[in-house]
Amino acid sequence: MTHGTTPLKPATDDTVGHRIRWTLSDYRVVVGQEFAHLLRQPANFAWQLGFPVVMVLLFVYVFGSAMDVTGQGAGVGYIGYAMPGLFAMTMAFGFMNTAFAVADMKEKGFIDRVRSMPMASSAIVVGRNLADTIHAAVDLAVLAVIALLIGWSSDGTALETLAAFALLLWLRFSLIWVGIWLGLLVKGTEQAGNLFALAFPFGMISSVFTPPELMPSWLQPVAEWNPVSATATSIRELFGNPVPIGDAWPEVHALAAAIIWPLVITAVFLPLGVRRFRNLGR
Amino acid sequence: MSSSVIEAHGLTRRFGETVALDDFDLEVARGSVHGLLGPNGAGKTTAVRILTTLQRLHTGTAIVAGHDVVREARQVRRRIGLTGQQTAVDDLLSARQNLVYFGRLFRLGKADARKRADELLAQFGLAGSAHRVPKKFSGGMRRRLDLAASMILAPDVLFLDEPTTGLDPAGRREVWEAIAGLTAGGTTVLLTTHYLDEADRLCDRISVVDHGRNVVDDTPDGLKRRMGAERLEVMATAPEALEPITAVVASVATGEPSVEPGTLTVSAFVHDPVDALVTAAAAIREQRLEVADLGLRRPTLDEAFLELVGRETA
Repeated sequence: MTHGTTPLKPATDDTVGHRIRWTLSDYRVVVGQEFAHLLRQPANFAWQLGFPVVMVLLFVYVFGSAMDVTGQGAGVGYIGYAMPGLFAMTMAFGFMNTAFAVADMKEKGFIDRVRSMPMASSAIVVGRNLADTIHAAVDLAVLAVIALLIGWSSDGTALETLAAFALLLWLRFSLIWVGIWLGLLVKGTEQAGNLFALAFPFGMISSVFTPPELMPSWLQPVAEWNPVSATATSIRELFGNPVPIGDAWPEVHALAAAIIWPLVITAVFLPLGVRRFRNLGR
Repeated sequence: MSSSVIEAHGLTRRFGETVALDDFDLEVARGSVHGLLGPNGAGKTTAVRILTTLQRLHTGTAIVAGHDVVREARQVRRRIGLTGQQTAVDDLLSARQNLVYFGRLFRLGKADARKRADELLAQFGLAGSAHRVPKKFSGGMRRRLDLAASMILAPDVLFLDEPTTGLDPAGRREVWEAIAGLTAGGTTVLLTTHYLDEADRLCDRISVVDHGRNVVDDTPDGLKRRMGAERLEVMATAPEALEPITAVVASVATGEPSVEPGTLTVSAFVHDPVDALVTAAAAIREQRLEVADLGLRRPTLDEAFLELVGRETA
């Protein structure tokens, strides 16, 4: 049995320049793997989109026909209110897919294997986020096309519309760090699945589908200060869709809140995730 | 260059109250296949995880392929391969894509990673399945792909944690053959197992691990010899013959013969095996006793292991 003739000396990374170059290469390889998944398993990808699409149809055609958010009668203008909420909700829930995928990698020994390899220790964490953020952008584009088909439209300028989508991805980007950290924290996929029970109220106790003013007073502050609400409210403003506004700070300053919240989440959970990854062997 | 490729001294590792490794020592000779044999929970996996830089150790030192696993983890990682208990391959990628992916993470260039993937697919008998996804593979094939992924850099040391657990007999044989071929290329193999036949068949040396310690370090034959004397075993053809046969065996044995009526077998430890065999054979012929089988038997590794560890393996 032979080992062939391929030069097997791995590249050295003894200088800072080499180290950065190879770290970036590691990120690219990890992101590339995710794309190979998409290309090989388009059906999986379609199923992941199934949930938000079903929610769109349910809210717009089932619940929406009974809701009067514009004061002009049940169902009137609800799509304009609901669509930005559904965009925000898709961004808010999607990070659970990340947690599940990371827990699965850990359970299957995949993380052990890469940890025993000479790659950058941040590559799995950072690469995963980049891949999932790009994935989320694709989700969002598909969802937007569906929204346009059923009669939603943005009344904002092209720049405002783009800014709104950027805010949505910004929220998701920050929540993916939470997903990675949770995925590394839990014992396995079973526990990761249970986390959905936490994510669901996080997405729903917000202004996504219901103005917080209509909620019981003890729940109002939770919904008003929820990062998902900030993003939902500010994209409604940017899209020029109906905005029922309250007087809590994050509602009045929704744009600022939609920028600051993800920044805070990232600042907390990115280091937590990388540290958790490095300390898996403690 | 030292003749040992793994040198570990006084390794200790606790998980809460549990002591997984307790003053564990290990030396593995370059180019050998070394087995860590022990019951579940003996500390085998913890030892492998420490030696592959996956787990921190509390006390002790470990040098793998010339580098300290704590202070020079990165250098160690460039020189080792690991196949863990589960098959850590990507089920959504093809076999070849898997090997290219890992090759790239081992920081081979794109062209080199592809070339190496094809070499390994051929070496592990997977060339015909290069474009299939491992999800559709048999257990043995998955394991071989897993092994191939660990061999990308032709590592100095390959760690295999229970390489055949969960495989059917055919799969085990496939994996055994693949492992046997690895040392030819200069790779040292450290494997853990709780299958005695696996250790007997694959390993040059075996460390028996129990309660976090390396209890005995020996060759498979040496371990069997530790059981002491060989046994003379005579099998009768009919139950009536058991009594005279027992008398014959007793006349050459060092202790009481043990009689198993179920298998019609009489056996006993003997001092001088060849002399005992000849004497017993002569007596059997003289008394015109009919026997189905007559022979000397070395203790099996199972018996040696039970003697050393004193409890049943899982």
